[in-house]
Amino acid sequence: MDRQVKGILGTKLGMTQVWDNNRVVPVTVVQAGPCVVTQVRTVDKDGYSAVQLGYGAIDPRKVNKPEAGHFAKSGVAPRRHLVELRTTDASEYTLGQEVTVDTFQAGTLVDVTARTKGKGFAGVMKRHGFRGLGAGHGVERKHRSPGSIGGCATPGRVFKGVRMAGRMGGVRYTQQNLVVQAVDPENNLLLVRGAVPGPKGGLVLVRTAAKVATLPEGGA
Amino acid sequence: MNTLDALDAQSQRTDIPDFRAGDTLKVHARVVEGNRSRIQVFQGVVIRRQGAGLRETFTIRKISFGVGVERTYPVNSPVIDRIEVVTRGDVRRAKLYYLRELRGKAAKIKEKREKQAS
Repeated sequence: MDRQVKGILGTKLGMTQVWDNNRVVPVTVVQAGPCVVTQVRTVDKDGYSAVQLGYGAIDPRKVNKPEAGHFAKSGVAPRRHLVELRTTDASEYTLGQEVTVDTFQAGTLVDVTARTKGKGFAGVMKRHGFRGLGAGHGVERKHRSPGSIGGCATPGRVFKGVRMAGRMGGVRYTQQNLVVQAVDPENNLLLVRGAVPGPKGGLVLVRTAAKVATLPEGGA
Repeated sequence: MNTLDALDAQSQRTDIPDFRAGDTLKVHARVVEGNRSRIQVFQGVVIRRQGAGLRETFTIRKISFGVGVERTYPVNSPVIDRIEVVTRGDVRRAKLYYLRELRGKAAKIKEKREKQAS
């Protein structure tokens, strides 16, 4: 299988809007790159083909010895974040090569991966979209409760995986098939149509959409 | 200064005159019909301005054939060719929703008298 994945790491700056053909388009602004290639994985040596990207400044004193050695081997200054991209054209990358926003053009579909905002301990209405109970008609102090969670004597227990309240958010999430609205190579900005997971200032990984090929004909 | 101000400045318009609720405006808007575009003028009273920065919009109201018509435009919309301020109104509110209940002479807004240099 030939999958050429392009990707870049960046920081989410926030959302705003731009005009496109006299229509308002909501966009998320991502300060993307410049990233640097820190390692190239090959089938011969590693059993798979991938490229490792580094992004973000870090105080060199904070880098531990194994990591410092890894960066020294590739001949680049230490970076805060590392990520690996499985791509079949990894051999076209060289160590120390810079990856900038020029990788993407306006109009391409991308997947954006980031850690979502943590919501803490959330109830079932927020966490799973349950509807809760009624607001009136004799419902007392149970308006946001889940209702029944299973049977009675049969099965005599609660099934595994029943959706309940609990920790929500703070997990890695990928928003698929977002459109790149514009690219600003001067300021290293990537304008992605729509919302992107994570808080402002959070790390985001933008890469070519995984499911484009499966879209029906006529799809973008 | 906010992070994205520099980016927003690119789409912000500078040729929009100052106006507020109560002012009467002529909004020259580009209307695309098929493959040709023409300019349509909408004249009426500004009844609100809301939002800030790039998101700011204003609503303009007029009585057309006895029916009240309101249109809301983004202040920075590229659809707007130009805005003419016809009169400055003398009002005490920022939102003139009360005009919707008034008809005829009662819905008339006093024109602001320019302050005389003393």
